[in-house]
Amino acid sequence: MSIAKKLTRACSAALLLAALGGCAAPTPWVKPYEREHLADPIMSFNRDPVSSVYLEHVLETREGAHGATGAVGGGCGCN
Amino acid sequence: MQLSGAPRPAPARAGQLFTPFTRTLLALLVITVPALGGVLPEDRADVLWHDYDGGDITVSGPEVLVRKKVGDNLSLSAGYYEDMISSASIDVKLSASPYHEVRKQENAGFDFLHGKTTYSAGYIHSREPDYIADTTYYSVSQDMFGDLTTVTMGYRRGWDSIFRDIKTPDGVIENDPTFHERADHHGYSLSISQVLTRNLIANLNYELLTDQGYLANPYRKIRYLSPGMGMGFTLADQVYPNTRTSNAASVQLKYYLPWRAALTAQYRFYRDTWGVVANTTELDYTLPAWRHWIFEGSLRWYEQTHATFYSDLFPRADYQNFMARDRELAAFHTYTIGAGASYQFNVPYAPWINRSTANVRVDHLLVEYSDFRDALLAGEFGAGNEPLYKLNANIFQIFLSIWF
Repeated sequence: MSIAKKLTRACSAALLLAALGGCAAPTPWVKPYEREHLADPIMSFNRDPVSSVYLEHVLETREGAHGATGAVGGGCGCN
Repeated sequence: MQLSGAPRPAPARAGQLFTPFTRTLLALLVITVPALGGVLPEDRADVLWHDYDGGDITVSGPEVLVRKKVGDNLSLSAGYYEDMISSASIDVKLSASPYHEVRKQENAGFDFLHGKTTYSAGYIHSREPDYIADTTYYSVSQDMFGDLTTVTMGYRRGWDSIFRDIKTPDGVIENDPTFHERADHHGYSLSISQVLTRNLIANLNYELLTDQGYLANPYRKIRYLSPGMGMGFTLADQVYPNTRTSNAASVQLKYYLPWRAALTAQYRFYRDTWGVVANTTELDYTLPAWRHWIFEGSLRWYEQTHATFYSDLFPRADYQNFMARDRELAAFHTYTIGAGASYQFNVPYAPWINRSTANVRVDHLLVEYSDFRDALLAGEFGAGNEPLYKLNANIFQIFLSIWF
């Protein structure tokens, strides 16, 4: 068997295992009735989008880094 | 119509494309995906007024955001944002003229829920006298593993048109007819939100961004040493690379404390092909009190290295291929300290409003540059010996939110 075929088989087997893993998803270790604290509005990462997007826009226009904040802002020539 | 040329290859039959093993694998994947899965965002409306004051720049204006479900599976959103800018910043004083302008931005989007999958898309249009930007974004979000995990993949695309304003001999400000540039942006993101314990949730975000086109600020200048002339330096146009690729990765952890309060810790690492490496760290504390109030406080620290082609003062004209003096590309660190309060109240005679809050937030931003000097003081200290520049800014927000 050529190396390419072996590699294809190995990748296919890995994908198959991943798919089967999806079928047999792990039992949730935090049950729905245990999520009272997580459901509290203070636990939201973005409780007030209108405010967080604005603040991020202010900082992004003054800093060199951007991205990976989970929000999408429009482009502008703001500096 | 094909008139001549090589004969078309015979179309392959589906059965010949894949081996039986691969076909089984694909079938399993197709069966598995729909079994995985979301909740649409709440219906709400926000009206905000923002105000920024720092570095001889004031920016203020309104922002409105409305989100409404249509049926059980579709949520629509629309927003409007405005910046009224009055600028006499250090850059403007050095190489341009103080100005007033208005930037307006509209956005619209939707979220469509199918099973545990949420499809989102939207469009953002921003325009100011010398800059027009259009952005579209798309994402797919999947809840899985008993809703403990949410995976989101996103893509965004931006098209910018850049102009340069000039003042005519009559004193009228208009676009320079000889200057019209473009910039394109692509962004690819992957986010994983994971419930870790009954009190702890984590977010992992990664984003790859590519920018191509005119990426400089057309008004800002570099300066190079000119001993014996004027203030000891001469201004010249910036020369930027036409491409930039950025990688950003972040982790956010949110923890519900033993009393009703939440602590958030965030870290982001950023690196791009211009040589900018940045670290961002933030801590937030949220505390509900007295039944109707929620208070929050935040501390944010940011640092970055300068771009490889950045210099505050180049030794001579045409010193290198690319030259920049945009202070966003300098080495600096920033501190941001913020506090906010939210008061929940009932709106009389409006039973359709489920909940409403009045909110205020104040942030103070301090930027300390390591290699960006106050060139306006060159006459007093000599070019290259001016004090390092510092920026202090106050950021104020007041907004009303209603859920309906």
